[in-house]
Amino acid sequence: MSFPQPKPEVPQLPQNLLRTIDCQQGAVRAVRFNADGNYLLSCGSDKSLKLWSVSRGTLLKTYSGHGYEVLDADGSYDNSQLCSCSSDKTVILWDVATGQVTRKLRGHAGKVNCVQFNEEATVILSGSIDGTVRCWDTRSRKFDPIQILDEAQDGVSSLKVSEHELLTGSVDGRVRRYDLRMGQLHVDFINSPITCVCFSADGQCTLTSSLDSTVRLLDKSTGEMLGEYTGHKMKGYKLDCCLSSKDTHVLSCSEDGHVYCWDLVEGSLMLKLPVGKAVVQSLSFHPSETRLLTAMEGRVQVWGADCTYEYGTWTK
Amino acid sequence: MASDSDSDGDFVTFGTPLEPLEEDEPLRKPVPLHEQTVKDEKGRYQRFHGAFTGGFSAGYFNTVGTKEGWTPATFVSSRQQKAGRQNARPEDFMDEEDLGDHGIAPRQITTTADFASGRKDVIRDKARAITSLSAPIPGDTVLEDLVAPARSSMGVELLRKMGWKDGQGVGPRVKRRLCKQRADSGTRAFVSASPPNGLSGSQDEEDGEFVPENVTFAPKDVTPIDFTPKVDLHGLGYRGLNPLAALRGGPGAGHINLFTMDSDRSNSLFGEDRKGQRRRGGVAGQGFGVGAMEDDDEDIYHRDIMSNYDTVLGGEEPGDGLYGWTAPQQYNRKKKDHSKDAAYLGKILEGFTLASDKLETKTIFPPPNLPRDFRPVHYFRPVVDLSSVSPMVAQALQTSRGHMAQEEPSKGGRHQLDSAQRRELLGEATLQGPSSVFDLLKVEDRERLSGLRRPSSDTSSGPRQPTPGRPEQLCSGCRDSPAAARASAQKALSSRFTPHAEQQQQEALSVWSGPTAQAQTGQTFKPFERTPHKQARYDLYIDQLKQGDRDALELSLDPTMTEWERGRERDEFVRAALLYKPSSSSLSCRFTRGKQDDGVEADTVEVTRDQENDVDDKQAAVKMKMFGKLTRDTFEWHPDNLLCKRFNVPDPYPGSGFVGMPKVKRDKFSVFNFLTVSESPTASASPAPQGVKPSEPGKRSRWDVSGQAGNKERKEKDPVSEFLSVARIEASGSGPEASTTDGPTTDPTVEPDTEQKDEEEEEEESRPSMDLFKAIFASSSDEKSSSSSEGESEEEEEEKEEGVRSKAGTGPQISNQLNVNTTQPAPPVSTTPSQNPDVVFKMPSGPAAAPPPRDQEMEEEEFGPRLPPPSSTLTAERRPSPTPSAKDDKHKKKCKEKHKAKKHGKHKKDKKKKKNKRHKHKGKQKKSSRKEESSDSSSEGSDGNSQEDGEEGGGVSTEELLRRLKGIRGKNLQ
Repeated sequence: MSFPQPKPEVPQLPQNLLRTIDCQQGAVRAVRFNADGNYLLSCGSDKSLKLWSVSRGTLLKTYSGHGYEVLDADGSYDNSQLCSCSSDKTVILWDVATGQVTRKLRGHAGKVNCVQFNEEATVILSGSIDGTVRCWDTRSRKFDPIQILDEAQDGVSSLKVSEHELLTGSVDGRVRRYDLRMGQLHVDFINSPITCVCFSADGQCTLTSSLDSTVRLLDKSTGEMLGEYTGHKMKGYKLDCCLSSKDTHVLSCSEDGHVYCWDLVEGSLMLKLPVGKAVVQSLSFHPSETRLLTAMEGRVQVWGADCTYEYGTWTK
Repeated sequence: MASDSDSDGDFVTFGTPLEPLEEDEPLRKPVPLHEQTVKDEKGRYQRFHGAFTGGFSAGYFNTVGTKEGWTPATFVSSRQQKAGRQNARPEDFMDEEDLGDHGIAPRQITTTADFASGRKDVIRDKARAITSLSAPIPGDTVLEDLVAPARSSMGVELLRKMGWKDGQGVGPRVKRRLCKQRADSGTRAFVSASPPNGLSGSQDEEDGEFVPENVTFAPKDVTPIDFTPKVDLHGLGYRGLNPLAALRGGPGAGHINLFTMDSDRSNSLFGEDRKGQRRRGGVAGQGFGVGAMEDDDEDIYHRDIMSNYDTVLGGEEPGDGLYGWTAPQQYNRKKKDHSKDAAYLGKILEGFTLASDKLETKTIFPPPNLPRDFRPVHYFRPVVDLSSVSPMVAQALQTSRGHMAQEEPSKGGRHQLDSAQRRELLGEATLQGPSSVFDLLKVEDRERLSGLRRPSSDTSSGPRQPTPGRPEQLCSGCRDSPAAARASAQKALSSRFTPHAEQQQQEALSVWSGPTAQAQTGQTFKPFERTPHKQARYDLYIDQLKQGDRDALELSLDPTMTEWERGRERDEFVRAALLYKPSSSSLSCRFTRGKQDDGVEADTVEVTRDQENDVDDKQAAVKMKMFGKLTRDTFEWHPDNLLCKRFNVPDPYPGSGFVGMPKVKRDKFSVFNFLTVSESPTASASPAPQGVKPSEPGKRSRWDVSGQAGNKERKEKDPVSEFLSVARIEASGSGPEASTTDGPTTDPTVEPDTEQKDEEEEEEESRPSMDLFKAIFASSSDEKSSSSSEGESEEEEEEKEEGVRSKAGTGPQISNQLNVNTTQPAPPVSTTPSQNPDVVFKMPSGPAAAPPPRDQEMEEEEFGPRLPPPSSTLTAERRPSPTPSAKDDKHKKKCKEKHKAKKHGKHKKDKKKKKNKRHKHKGKQKKSSRKEESSDSSSEGSDGNSQEDGEEGGGVSTEELLRRLKGIRGKNLQ
């Protein structure tokens, strides 16, 4: 007598709106989960960076110190530090609790598009429109970057860090992967300006969205294309894309006010999430749960799989 | 728990150590008394019941054993097994605590009697001494001597087996020297401890001074020092009256020497009788009178003999074997013969062999090999600082040093080098700051000083006689007469070339013979590096200038050359010497050397070694969606060491001295470096030329426009190129602005002005080709000039290409919106209103999309993907209808777009023109690049291409230009 194998759980999609947060900081340029997904960071065009509780939807802290609109932010693994980058060509390292500027890193020649901590928050990596990626040391008191990666021939629009790899997408239509362990630089030619790059959770693939309205899934080691996801519209704006927490789906912002969600393997459109009428500027997927953040205009929306939401206080 | 492993055996620690105190530990409450418990090593609680009531509780409630109490040993006896007699030892009644380290019977490893040292126990000795006094034969331990110990210790056994006898010392046998012992009754010192059967006989012989030659003796025994602690209250060495001895009439009763030597005492202990000593009873002693039954003549008042005492500091007499505690003195040892010692050793210690060689062998190093030309004679040379003396004197001095002195500097003798040379050899950096006092002086002062100095040196060196050194290196005075005639002739000739030549030569001389120039050796500029011969001549010229030679120029020129060539070279040399004169170091220390040399020698640039593959192929691959090998390039990339550390990965290239991509030096103006650039316009159909830029200095974004301009300015200082440019102006006749290579005129990307464009085209048409210049100058080893001008021209060309490319890039391609390198001022997104209407359409949807004026500015700079319009910070109107401000914005955008469109049209036109012109060239280049796959090998081919390109562009024929140039030259000469 044998029991049938338990049916694998159908991966759920974040199709229900759980909460809408009006950030009141101008247009939200980027929205990011923190490391454990309990908090979110919203980068406003009014030069402020705000920290919110996802569950309660309350504002926890406002970080002001940038000279122009904040373009990207990231939280350290231990939630003790934040980094953000801005059009004012600076990268700022924040202390979460006090809201003070720990370090203001200048050196980029143009606005800084993307910023990322490494795993241990010992290095901040920032990619700028000046075509360089700068590696800033958070440990030392030196204000000079450890290394400047100037291989990109045009602005660096997106950047992600894994354990020992650095993935950058540039407007020159190339995805560069710096392998620190091997000491190699792999350049994948995409031919269209890259807007966003991501590592998959298993570290085997890279996801690339480009301005030809295509999201591509590439094999990390060989550069071969594993999947191509189209249907959305991404032609002029730097919009985000991401993978779901379990690598089952590919999500991308679109200029038509939807978030498109494809099945990773089949490439079929699974969900077309209507966010609003304007451009979905940024999105971020929860690191472990089925939870999605989208940013449109001045609002951040939290999406979840089901209505029975344990956060309690939300009203639908 | 002992802290040190060394002292582990020495210390036993009890109890638990205190926990180490931490700095910021909060104060803990003291443990209350009832909670302070003590456990024994088995974990049982021990109650402390007071130090005076037995310390801790022990056993079972302070009783023995267990709860059941103490069980006595059982006694079983049967017929077969008779119970043996039970000998209860004390240990039977002890528990483990008693046997522990701190118990009453500690169990520890001790030396058994077998191996105990033969030295007698002091206490036992005393006991023996006392018993001996009370023995039936007082003073004698006869019985004990008779009853020999059953066991002797192992050491003694071993010694005996090796031939040692009681009473002898240990060691090699010695031939006894004559003893200087006096047969004094008071000082019988040695061998007294020997047993009666021992050497007492031989002692007599010794005393009788009979010392046979071939008889050896065992060394004397060493008397152990009495370590008896002093427990009484007497003075040192005082022995009080012994009541027992007084009553019994002990051995020393009659004559108690209260101050005796140790040996005496031991004598008495061992009961040896003194000569003439009698046993008497009664009380006697110092301070007592003579009794009735005693003889009167006994001196009751002891008079000590001074010979008992040492009157001289400095140790015992030789021969006295009683070394005591101190080590044997050296004088004994010194006199010993080594060989004799060895002879005895073999006899005595069997089983031992004498070491065949000595322990310490002296290693003797051979003297250093003298060089073949070594002369054991030292020359004392006058130490004269060359920089402080006038050059003439210095030269004379050098000559006078003779042959050796002349040769050594060429060999690089260490002492002949001055600090600058040494620094150069060691590869050290130049010291900052002025190197000489002269640097601190003003220029006028310096000139005045040198002017003062020169005449004096001339007079002083004039009458010098040639030394028997090197005949060629005669001082200038002797050479004057023939040289002067020649020089005057040549000067006359040279004056034809340049009217100011004489003056310039003087100037060069004064500059180069200054002290700063002397200091700066090795850093001189090499303008003629392309032609080694010419450079060698130039170097010679500079050297002689430094020496202060007036006719340096004539000497350095090649006499085999024609007069005309020489004249030209002379001119060049003087100009070069003036131009590249040593900068005064007080000035130079304010500048750092450029990392990239801009001079002629630096016509190479660092280019990343690995270049990308062909972009066309990639684009094709992308179109066919064949990602993978075709679209992937893998390069070697060196991360910073610190970055690796921060990422917790090992450095993949631990020894590499650089970070980033490996770089190689390439010809700066090689067309190859920009091969991909020139190729891109051909691929204008495909929409991605923006990534084709070379990533190194050739990469020009708007950030480094100013740097380029500065570069150019510096380059223009090059004299020969200046000369060339002048020639070019005259030849082309198109005015000075055509020849200048300043940024604004030739950089069309900065200011795309139509007029300038026309000008530029005109210039290109009227300019002669490079081959022409080569044809003129290459023959006369003037490659430097030609190369530099070639570089310039190529640079110009490259700039133009860039302009073309940028125009092409901003053309109809949508994807190019994101290109940073395009220098168009309009926002990129708005370039495509027709194709991308959504963008414009969407603008009003953002609530109050009117950005502040500063936003506007910023927007003009934006090149990346545009961000969506900022939403209003006002929450009141979430979805408002398009506001007037938004309309304004839209209007502005449209205006801009119109402007843009205009520009595009223009660009397209320009592009077409250029295209026509460059069509042939491009085709060729493409071919060449196809043909040669490896990028490195194709550089030559592309060079050729560039030349061809120049030929095509030249409107004036070569012959014509040559003719004109000659005309100019002729004008110059007259």
